[in-house]
Amino acid sequence: MTQQIPIQDGLFTWPSAQPELLGSRCDHCGEASFPSQPDCRNCGSRETSVVPIGSRGTLWTWTIQSFMPKDPYRSDETPETFTPYGVGYVEMPGGVRVESRLQLPEGEKPEIGMSLDLVIEPFRTEEDGTQIMMFSFKPTEE
Amino acid sequence: MQFAYGGSQDAGNADALVNELGLTGLQFTNIWNGCATGGSSLNAAYTAIKSGEYDLGVVVGFDKHPRGAFNPKPAEWGLDDWYGEAGMMLTTQFFAMKTQRYMHDHGITNDALVRVAEKAFHNGSLTPTAWRRQALSYDEIASSMMVSDPLRKYMFCSPAEGGAALILCDAKIAKRYTSNPIYLSAAAVRTRHYGSFEVFSPSQPMQVADAPTVTASKAAFELAGLGPEDIDVLQLQDTDSGTEIIHMAENGFCEHGDQEKLLRDGATRIDGSLPINTDGGCLANGEPVGASGLRQVHEICVQLRGDGGARQVPGNPKVGYTHVYGAPGISGVNILTV
Repeated sequence: MTQQIPIQDGLFTWPSAQPELLGSRCDHCGEASFPSQPDCRNCGSRETSVVPIGSRGTLWTWTIQSFMPKDPYRSDETPETFTPYGVGYVEMPGGVRVESRLQLPEGEKPEIGMSLDLVIEPFRTEEDGTQIMMFSFKPTEE
Repeated sequence: MQFAYGGSQDAGNADALVNELGLTGLQFTNIWNGCATGGSSLNAAYTAIKSGEYDLGVVVGFDKHPRGAFNPKPAEWGLDDWYGEAGMMLTTQFFAMKTQRYMHDHGITNDALVRVAEKAFHNGSLTPTAWRRQALSYDEIASSMMVSDPLRKYMFCSPAEGGAALILCDAKIAKRYTSNPIYLSAAAVRTRHYGSFEVFSPSQPMQVADAPTVTASKAAFELAGLGPEDIDVLQLQDTDSGTEIIHMAENGFCEHGDQEKLLRDGATRIDGSLPINTDGGCLANGEPVGASGLRQVHEICVQLRGDGGARQVPGNPKVGYTHVYGAPGISGVNILTV
């Protein structure tokens, strides 16, 4: 069986039937951050807690990355196989806007305000066959 | 000279210049502050002279960047590797997303983005020291390759290469060295607050705070005892078309959304009421980040001395303004007078 590991521990709940992003919330002012951090970037408090910040959000802004980024970008792509991808900030119910790759039907442009759902999928495969799992967002299907 | 501040991001230690120029034993301090490096170097020299410690020094900046967009390493910006590996740590993406949201909120259209670039390359064609000296037509810009929606190839500057140096002294002794000194009336550098939308941010708070450009601009105007209405010629950070538009309002020169009409009316051209980036800005000069903020100040000095030649702003401009913005959320503003 293929081994799968997250691109970074602590970004999302996984494996899980309904994965969620993980952030932190300040115990004093209540502001949220993604990824989680030990100190609050709003009030400077040193007391924060790791909390789920949701799996469905709305798009706040976006762009399309049309050229293959240089290092430190690490995917399985080559300049020949690279396909443009969406990037945006997604407003989460946990009270923070999270930057994420967007998976869009080919040729379709995102729209500010559209509903998006979190997906955790393989992003690249290491030489030993280990799949690196990464979060992204897809348009809500309903 | 009594001291130097110098900056370079990708072309090595600025102090190493001295090995080529001649050794003097004087204090030389390197500055490294992202795209605001030049602005920060000048600010440091301003502070050194104002403090009374020194009365004559040099500020120098240079850079030579690899072709294409910057490729910063996450660890150098306090971020984990996944952010860069996943393809989200690009300045081009950030400026495109800030522009995208700004257009949505304030009714700015693609027409305005094209007009900024059209003006920049026209001004570059009049500037002997510019890197891109060929004017481009509206259609050439509007149909150029889409790089990061809504920004196209000719709406972005290239990092490129270049250098600049400025000599500063105490205003009281300036006439010893030149008959037409330019006075640095204010220099202010500010960083981001919680809630401003900044480059290299894996997440953004929901609450919105003023950008560091807004706070640096207000501080500089207060220091100089002047307001936006007093400025005759200005340089605004234009790493891309959208950014120049946003910076017009963030620096207090118009209301958010008014840029569309100002650009359509040609107000920001050399002969307009609000001449911006008269040497073609970053779009036509590239953005060697150690030098770029100093290049802006150089251009204002040229304009205030009336040495602009084909690109001279008419009417003897007397007050100039420069502004840089850099990662991870820094702005530097200078106000210059004759």
